Amino acid sequence: MADTNMMRRLKRRKMLRQAANLVLLYGGMTALAVILIIPFLWTLSTSLKHPAEVFAFPPRFIPQQIHWRNYADAWMRVPFGRYFINSIIVSCSVTLGQVFTSALAAFAFARLDFPGRNKLFLGYLGTMMIPGQVTMIPVFIVCKQLNLIDTYAALILPGLFSAYGTFMLRQFFLTIPKDLEEAAIIDGLNYWQIFTHVIVPLSKPALFTLGTFVFLGAWNDFMWPLIVTNADSMKTLPVGLAAFQGQYSTDWTLLMAGSVIVLTPVLLLYIVNQRFITKGFVMSGLKG
Amino acid sequence: MAQVLLKNVCKRYGEVTAVRDVSLAIEDRQFCVLVGPSGCGKTTTLRMIAGLEDITEGEIWVGERVVNYVHPKDRDIAMVFQNYALYPHMTVEENMGFGLRVRRFPKDEIKQRTDEAAGVLDIMQYLDRTPRELSGGQKQRVAVGRAIVRKPKVFLFDEPLSNLDAKLRVQMRAQLKKLHERLQTTIVYVTHDQVEAMTLGDIIVVMKDGVIQQVGEPLTVYDNPCNRFVAGFIGTPPMNFIEVTVRRSGGAVVLDEGGFSVTLPPVLAAKAAAYDGKPATLGIRPEHIHDKATYTGAANAGNTVEAGVDVVELLGNEKHLHLAAGSSMFVAVVDAHIAAHAGRKLPVVFDMDKVHLFDKETENAVF
Repeated sequence: MADTNMMRRLKRRKMLRQAANLVLLYGGMTALAVILIIPFLWTLSTSLKHPAEVFAFPPRFIPQQIHWRNYADAWMRVPFGRYFINSIIVSCSVTLGQVFTSALAAFAFARLDFPGRNKLFLGYLGTMMIPGQVTMIPVFIVCKQLNLIDTYAALILPGLFSAYGTFMLRQFFLTIPKDLEEAAIIDGLNYWQIFTHVIVPLSKPALFTLGTFVFLGAWNDFMWPLIVTNADSMKTLPVGLAAFQGQYSTDWTLLMAGSVIVLTPVLLLYIVNQRFITKGFVMSGLKG
Repeated sequence: MAQVLLKNVCKRYGEVTAVRDVSLAIEDRQFCVLVGPSGCGKTTTLRMIAGLEDITEGEIWVGERVVNYVHPKDRDIAMVFQNYALYPHMTVEENMGFGLRVRRFPKDEIKQRTDEAAGVLDIMQYLDRTPRELSGGQKQRVAVGRAIVRKPKVFLFDEPLSNLDAKLRVQMRAQLKKLHERLQTTIVYVTHDQVEAMTLGDIIVVMKDGVIQQVGEPLTVYDNPCNRFVAGFIGTPPMNFIEVTVRRSGGAVVLDEGGFSVTLPPVLAAKAAAYDGKPATLGIRPEHIHDKATYTGAANAGNTVEAGVDVVELLGNEKHLHLAAGSSMFVAVVDAHIAAHAGRKLPVVFDMDKVHLFDKETENAVF
């Protein structure tokens, strides 16, 4: 009897300890999440305030009066629609192009046997060690010599190739069993068909992950579009946003409203693609 | 109609020779099994027939033509892989029909062939599933199905059963045998399992270190192994090897182990004559060693050995006796009901008509 009592007590103590651990864990994670999300919420809040209320003291999180007009103003003040279209064109082209070229190069590096393959791959990887700022000016000069300034080509072409994407996809392709490829060869596929019918369908998670990263990078990129565009009609969103930041004054409410507009597609993209990004992939046509 | 012919085929990877001067004729509709321990070159040989490996030297013929430089897809072969290699993103039906789709067969013919193969393999009800939803045995059948829808001249199997559990393996083995009778095509089958080789093969090819040791019908190879390696590799439990000295005594030839001796029958004695006074290896299969008390043949001083029982393994239908005599150990397979106890003596009879003798140096069979 005493034994069962003791057991029960021990059990309860164990459960209590587990509960305490959970509370700590969730408490900690909630605190972190709050810290991370506050700037965004503040952005949202500011974007809905009257300009006079921005630096009110004590700060108010919820605006006295919701000021939807900021969005309309931000949209009207600068050619926002134009920036939006530019950003979409550039980001989508860079994403599709870079995923495509990276996948092709990765397939070659992972699966084709050609002399000097590994050395070439190392050299390719080596380019990742060079910071973008170093190549920025030379690339700009090349673009200028080719008369590409203020064109989509200047915005898109330099983003079409990436050592990082190639590296990432190559590593993924290497995990695809060689047997599948050999089965495909015997089924009568050539290299291009193996790539499109076997490798690509099996690499969807990796391709989507890379695509998401590339899109985010291109969408948020500020420096390069700033350098190669002069005309207002060629600017992308991040460059356009800067218009709200004057030398002497900044339209905080409009800037924040603009930022929210810029942020939204990215957020949507992440929500749609997150199952690919977080999900592992099981190779289940094979043993195991 | 396709025979497969290998003429002096070699495969080298840099300094390493994986396959050495392999010549082999596989008749049309024959079930040929390449068997050997791992690293013996059997899979490499198969992959060269498939076209997945280049041929360093020699020629491979499929049907009427040399296929050395023919692309795998044009060799009219189909291959079943050890780990199935099904496309994970396609259903069973798509997996099976993929080869035909790539070759631009009309849709209804693909459908008809897929259904037919699925019927033969009893996988009709899985056609809509993806490989991940299938068990190992089902995946293996789909892999076979993918090969048979193509109706190739030659089937290549690369250890197709080695990932299955023991019971399923026996089942699939019988199915493959039936399938071969039904399809009437040439099959080249690679395995390291000598039981599979014995049960499936019309002919078996025993390989070791990239060299063919022996080619023949299963029973021929079993009864007349050409060397000590083949003798030891084919058969379970394996053949017993006992080191002896050949000695002529009177008119008979005696094999003297030191601790005991046995006498060769006259037919075999003549063949062993050249080894008089020399050491040799006696080979005898476990089922050719009998318990003296229940032996129905003639037991005499020339074939009886007084052995000590070391270990008794009861398998239900039979007993494996681990015996010791002189300085040798050997195994006998006897009826399960024979009384034998570890630690006791047991007189056994060697069936001397069935023994083999191997040269000690070359390890080749004398008989």
